[in-house]
Amino acid sequence: MHRRALALSLLIVPLLTAAPAFADAPKVFERRLDNGLKILVKPDHRAPILTTQVWYKVGASYEYGGITGVSHILEHMMFKGTQTRGPGEFSRIIAENGGEENAFTGSDYTAYYQNLASDRLEVSFALEADRMRNLALDPAQFAKELEVVKEERRMRTDDDPQSLTYEHFDATAFLASPYGNPVIGWPGDLEQLTAEDLRTWYRLWYAPNNATLVVAGDVDPDQVFALAEQYFGPLKAETVAPPKTRAEPEQVGERRIRVKAPAQEPYLLMGYKTPAIADAAEAWEPFALEVLASVLDGGSSARLTRELVRGSRIAASTGASYSATSRLPGLFLFDGVPAKGHDIPALEQALRAQIERLAQEPVDPAELERIRTQLIAGKIFAKDSVFAQAMELGQLESVGLPWTLADQYVDRLSAVTPEQVQAVARKYLTPDRLTVAVLDPQPLAANQPQRAPTGLGGHDNVR
Amino acid sequence: MYVKAISEEGRTTPARPPATLPRAGLAAALLLLIGVVQAGPRIETWQTGNGARVLFVAAPELPMVDVRVVFDAGSARDGTRPGLAAFTAGMLTEGARDWDADTIALRMENVGASLSASADRDLAAVAIRSLTQEPALGTAVETLAGVLTAPTFPPTDLERERENALIGLRQAQEQPAKVGQKALFQQVFGTHPYASDPAGTEDAIRALTRADLQAFHQRYFTGSNAVVAIVGALDQPAAQALAERVVGGLPAGERPPALPPVADLAAAAVERITFPSSQTHVLAGQPGMARGDPDYFALYLGNHILGGSGLVSLLMNEVREKRGLSYSTYSYFVPMAKPGPFLMGLQTKNAQADQARTVMIDTLKRFATEGPTEEQVSAAKKNVTGGFPLRIAENSDIIQYLAVIGFYGLPLDYLDRFTDRIQAVTAEQIRDAFARRVHPDRLAIVTVGGDADTAQVPAPGDPG
Repeated sequence: MHRRALALSLLIVPLLTAAPAFADAPKVFERRLDNGLKILVKPDHRAPILTTQVWYKVGASYEYGGITGVSHILEHMMFKGTQTRGPGEFSRIIAENGGEENAFTGSDYTAYYQNLASDRLEVSFALEADRMRNLALDPAQFAKELEVVKEERRMRTDDDPQSLTYEHFDATAFLASPYGNPVIGWPGDLEQLTAEDLRTWYRLWYAPNNATLVVAGDVDPDQVFALAEQYFGPLKAETVAPPKTRAEPEQVGERRIRVKAPAQEPYLLMGYKTPAIADAAEAWEPFALEVLASVLDGGSSARLTRELVRGSRIAASTGASYSATSRLPGLFLFDGVPAKGHDIPALEQALRAQIERLAQEPVDPAELERIRTQLIAGKIFAKDSVFAQAMELGQLESVGLPWTLADQYVDRLSAVTPEQVQAVARKYLTPDRLTVAVLDPQPLAANQPQRAPTGLGGHDNVR
Repeated sequence: MYVKAISEEGRTTPARPPATLPRAGLAAALLLLIGVVQAGPRIETWQTGNGARVLFVAAPELPMVDVRVVFDAGSARDGTRPGLAAFTAGMLTEGARDWDADTIALRMENVGASLSASADRDLAAVAIRSLTQEPALGTAVETLAGVLTAPTFPPTDLERERENALIGLRQAQEQPAKVGQKALFQQVFGTHPYASDPAGTEDAIRALTRADLQAFHQRYFTGSNAVVAIVGALDQPAAQALAERVVGGLPAGERPPALPPVADLAAAAVERITFPSSQTHVLAGQPGMARGDPDYFALYLGNHILGGSGLVSLLMNEVREKRGLSYSTYSYFVPMAKPGPFLMGLQTKNAQADQARTVMIDTLKRFATEGPTEEQVSAAKKNVTGGFPLRIAENSDIIQYLAVIGFYGLPLDYLDRFTDRIQAVTAEQIRDAFARRVHPDRLAIVTVGGDADTAQVPAPGDPG
């Protein structure tokens, strides 16, 4: 899960301040086993179902050069058998119990989930506890799965011009920070990964004291804790050393790249170095940046769509995003596709004019009020899904933030003032902190005329 | 918007959204009320004054309401103007009554509500989600009624949306999966209206006029052509009033004639599309089944075994688990008003495209000939019936089911009987249904790829 998606899900969930008749946010029950496994339970009895999620504090941002992608392929191998269960048995058992299951790897965490009828919790715990410490990591299985992951990379990145642009953009924006690594891994690193690399990685990070177990749905917390003790309690803790930090040096000037790939339309990505909650100079700054992102892109009435898509018609589509809850400092992102008759430089100029305006003029209180209303409504809508509720808790815990932040989020965002939005625009959305990547479309077919280069020089005209 | 690769294990269909498939929610109280564990939610139904059919489920637990209005106004009604239905649906929110697009957006977002409009092949859908409190719900409902009954299709917005739609069509040409899907529907449906993509063609989008949109709206956005689905914290009288407010302003109109029948493919066909990608996308298909088909449950459960159950399906086992040929492989039926397609697919590096295709087609052939084992049927039944509570847990699940049940005229007890009907399917019925309905020797096959040499994708170690 990417940092941006995390931001969105957080924006949807926080404290209930409206609709008093329904205001009792479901309580979260917390317990820690002796071996260090943290357990969070959020009962929600609306339907006879549950979601159970195991979150490990490891992901692409824990990796170093030469082994990128190891967290993700290890996630694949978690379905390939343990010392007592064969490859695919995990999935077969979950399926026979009516479950939906999957897993995902991000920069900051790796998570596994099953959605089940509420009487099947034990099935999940027995299987998850087993693969937490007893993974088989058979070399023959690994060799096959590596080919699957290479296919996944081709599909997601190599053959998708915007994804490819984004991968190169990240690698350009971050010189030292591991956020420059693609989650799926660099192709060269995938070529040299071995089952032994995975074994080491598994031993380093897959342990109860590096995991959070989250259960939400039609469950009784005491029963969940008792079952968790039964299955996860016997697992041994590991000595888990936090990864060495790789602090990103101060950026000292704009960076620009062009990515050439077969495509039909150009694409612009801009990112400004910004702090996250974990490292912000002032506690309010990340929340002000979240509000700033909503001022620009909090729906069809927000500034970017209203003014650049419908108003000046410079953009066919455009967006802005920021996540306060990444583990490490990240980026405030803009992206867009120029509308007909406009080019990448015109779109970039329009986005920079939007930033300039935020630096010069306080935002309208009506905009802040609309954002607050959307947050409160979004919090209620999110209760339609126990999966989303559990996800929010697991994400926060996994990046080192307290899950209780979930219940404070709307209040923290609502407290942001127009002056604070202006202040973070001035402080962080500045040219020296900026990285720009432009997708420069190359012909899709040999007989197709090559388009003029786009973007970097300000002299081009793409159609 | 970009989405960074969330690297997820084993999605089975290529175009589905990433990991955060939310699941869970409503219905505990309803289930208790009915007292049958596997029963669906209690559906109430009636007609509005102008003939729209309403399906309503009371969901009192959360202070919110979903409304989804669907019309027999999908791209199958495009006629000679491919893209007309989807473009008309998209333009509904660009101007209505005396509201411009900004006003419509502000009306909804000022009260924390959302509004969407879209069209697929069979239907156009316009939906809102809102809190029940006022002024939120009243504003959202009035806005929905406005865009349904009095869209203005402002000429300047129309021109902008036209240009942006053309950009969208060109971006679709960048994606081998999308290129392949469009070609496959052409192969499978030939001259049937289902052949054309809802997004239309460049020429047709360029030629659309405001009068075309107005005429399409007038013809198809009528009471008798509408189904209104409502799920939320309302009682029946409130839901009844809401439905009247939403669609009461539409003329009664009349239902369009039935779509033409879908012809079976007479022979196999293979289309190879050269594309500068490192992978080849292999897609196969044929006409499948309609909603309400007598073989529905046998084909559904059989396909679940073949390629519809993610990591444990036969295709996944043969293509990915045994051979490591593809990240994703799948098969599924798309039941529609007339027989929608049966589809299969995978993607693999160009050099092994033929091998992967052979594995995929052989797996189908074997299944269509031999049928499933008793063990496979038993496991699939356990998965489908055991997972039934997950399918109807959220309001967002139920609103979709209501729209489908209403639009396709499925029985109101469709969800109540779903697990029983799955339980009743036998291995022999699946074998028989696949033998009669699936024809591996008459598949349309499309491949997209095979031309990586021109791709300037830096992928060291990738033989391409």
